Amino acid sequence: MTDRAEAPDLPLSGIRVLDLTVVIAGPIAAAKLGDMGAEVIRVESIQDLGTGGRVPLAKTTREQVQGHPAQRRTFPDGDPGARPWNRSAMFNSHARNKLSMTVDLRRPEGMEVLSRLVKKSDVLIENHATDFVDRRGFSYDWLCEQKPDIIMVRMPGFGLDGPYAYWRTFGSTAEGHAGRSILFGYSDLAPSEIPWVYPADPTAGAVATFATIMALHHRNRTGEGQVIDLALAENVLHLLGPSFLDYSMNDRVSGSLGNRHPGAAPHGCYRAAGDDRWVNIAITTDDEWTGFREALGDPDWAKDAQFAAAAGRLENQDELDRHIEAWTSELDRYEVTRRLQEHGVPSGPVMNEADAYDDPHLQSRGYFEEVTHPETGTHRYPGMFFKFSETPLGIRRPAPLLGEHNEYVYKDLLEYTDEEYAEFERTGHIGMDFAPHVP
Amino acid sequence: MIDMALADVRVLDLTHHLAGPFCTKLLADYGADVIKIERPNIGDPTRGSGPFLDDDPHQEKSGTFFHLNMNKRGVTLDLKSSAAREIVKELVRDVDILAESFRPHVMPDLGLSYEELRKVNPTLVMTSISSFGQSGPYAEYKANELVAYGMGGAMHNTGLADREPLGYGVPTAVHQAGAIAAAGTMGAFFGARYKGIGQHVDVSIIECLLGSVDRRIRELLSYQYSGEMGDRESLSGGFANGYFPCRDGFFVMAASGPIMFPRLVEMMGSPPELTNPRFITPQGMRDPELRDAFETAVLVWSMDRTKSEIVALAEENGLICAAVNTMAEVSADRHFNERGVFVDVDHPVMGTVRSIGRPFVMGKTPWRLRRPAPLLGQHNEEVFGELGYTGDRLTNLEKAGVI
Repeated sequence: MTDRAEAPDLPLSGIRVLDLTVVIAGPIAAAKLGDMGAEVIRVESIQDLGTGGRVPLAKTTREQVQGHPAQRRTFPDGDPGARPWNRSAMFNSHARNKLSMTVDLRRPEGMEVLSRLVKKSDVLIENHATDFVDRRGFSYDWLCEQKPDIIMVRMPGFGLDGPYAYWRTFGSTAEGHAGRSILFGYSDLAPSEIPWVYPADPTAGAVATFATIMALHHRNRTGEGQVIDLALAENVLHLLGPSFLDYSMNDRVSGSLGNRHPGAAPHGCYRAAGDDRWVNIAITTDDEWTGFREALGDPDWAKDAQFAAAAGRLENQDELDRHIEAWTSELDRYEVTRRLQEHGVPSGPVMNEADAYDDPHLQSRGYFEEVTHPETGTHRYPGMFFKFSETPLGIRRPAPLLGEHNEYVYKDLLEYTDEEYAEFERTGHIGMDFAPHVP
Repeated sequence: MIDMALADVRVLDLTHHLAGPFCTKLLADYGADVIKIERPNIGDPTRGSGPFLDDDPHQEKSGTFFHLNMNKRGVTLDLKSSAAREIVKELVRDVDILAESFRPHVMPDLGLSYEELRKVNPTLVMTSISSFGQSGPYAEYKANELVAYGMGGAMHNTGLADREPLGYGVPTAVHQAGAIAAAGTMGAFFGARYKGIGQHVDVSIIECLLGSVDRRIRELLSYQYSGEMGDRESLSGGFANGYFPCRDGFFVMAASGPIMFPRLVEMMGSPPELTNPRFITPQGMRDPELRDAFETAVLVWSMDRTKSEIVALAEENGLICAAVNTMAEVSADRHFNERGVFVDVDHPVMGTVRSIGRPFVMGKTPWRLRRPAPLLGQHNEEVFGELGYTGDRLTNLEKAGVI
């Protein structure tokens, strides 16, 4: 490992990205740019925790997280330690291949630092509420004054204009508004039981990575930078083409089908042998149904004429599901999967975290990568989103400690003198600990 | 004239179903010339899946196909014929990207492996999108949205503790993987164009989901850190994060915690039963008794109000809140309409269909609707003509069942 996150041979090496992102969607967009070789510098502040960044609270204590399993388990051995912000899985899982510097952008000298940074960068990416950026003073116009061909990637909830431009948004509310939530959940329960799980953020993150590289290509061809306005809610809607078109073409308004399929059966999640063990079976063609019957040795119930055609299976799927669960519940979920896949039937276990780490397929592909992080030790981390054959990608460096790369950024990159650096330290821009007033 | 961002990029698209076509849709949406190859007569299997216009299961009336293949050109080729495979190689010579979504054995069996194709085009980016990736014991396994989400996604942690785990419902995981494939494809393309490095990009839908932030990647690493795993119902961060009924439907809000919860209480007129300071502690946010008191108080307040009244109030009070909209409400939404999210698409068989347009806004190189999804084989003459197959040569291909 060197002091630079840049890797000379990767497709995006030589590209510098300023990562001013906060919660979820933004950080994962920048992560992919870093994975592919860009030098991604997280611009953080020791005066301000930011939203959903490293930890919910800078002063998180062991006692506080004891009664809160979802927070407790994000820390090694359930212990937030002296610097919780360097020890949370919430940040460390996706901040690989990034650098961290600190500066307080609420003060003019902080903005001067950002100005120098922008002059040396290709991309600035952020996902704050729309008005936040203008209030802080790093609008696209301001950025262009520092560097005319800068690319600014913005990912607000509802976009940069329009009646809801200033609404604050999380994945959950973006999905509610864009019509996804109502299509999600148990079909026999009210929407109040819709799960608190949302693909809005990671999908917007991927699309933002795509958009950023397109804009870099356009800049290389024409010398022209631009601003990208990627609204979280609109990005969710873009995933819902079939549901939207069913309304626009046929005036049909759908609700949730649970795990079922609108046009095929059987299609569901079935209990397998063991405690809280489940297996998915998803049959959408007659060939798969034939394969399914073969895999089970064609039991009498499966010969029933009502199940012979897709329409009959769909119509009688409650009964179908009872037969299937009677079979799966006696078997190990991997055994169900193996038998069905041998007959060309899509099936797979529902894998919890331990299952994923133990899985022979993921192990054979080397998906998890062993990484040593200075404040959390050595663990196996979720790895790359995709594999490149000629320039293999990987975790080149662990998630950065807060302010870990201040020396590199201020002195090497921005050419501040040792005296100036000391002054930034004294005035609370540079540091590796949050200021005492940060909760 | 404003150029589109990918106006100088050519893509050969051998993908089908959902994830692959969503990847190449993003490329086509921003100007790439995407040539989609389908099987003669049958075409992409999504032509056979609904929703269909007027519920008529016609291969040119699938809404799914219509949405995912907008802005692409379409040709037919029977890849079982050697003539067709030669045409693929001829096309590969002149493209930047080839995307495919067969099971891993198929392209090598056709003589169209990355190793073969790079001989024809050394800077080719070949993106292979499959459920499990190009290697490993499950490489040839079959999966779809539900199976993939069960293995790669946070399904084990999704739903109610005493019920079966839940998938995403409508196909979302595969779209998510398609978007990730587009990001990887663009990265590899950038390396090919500016550094001369061709590349085979191996996208496993399962691995895309394992890395998808917070609901999965965080929990996977948390397990490494602490040995603890999440269960279903464990992810909400407290009962004030959730979906609540009101007069005309449901709304969703994220109001747990020391900052948001007091704002919510104030917005509701500070009902005394919500002033207990335990409401903002991590333990209190999970206490079933407090949950009951909270839900009752919300119901008393919300059932007099509509979704839009509640959302407007919440915005004024700095809360994170939205309506739970149906597609009818989405279609009528003022913001989406003023922002130009929707577009009317003229299609030769389906007529004018209102659809979802640009995925996002690029300041200098905007999205443009160039053409609707292709009819099966619509651009055979045009595309094969560019290769010199005209007149009798084209007719012969047709007679031989190649196209």
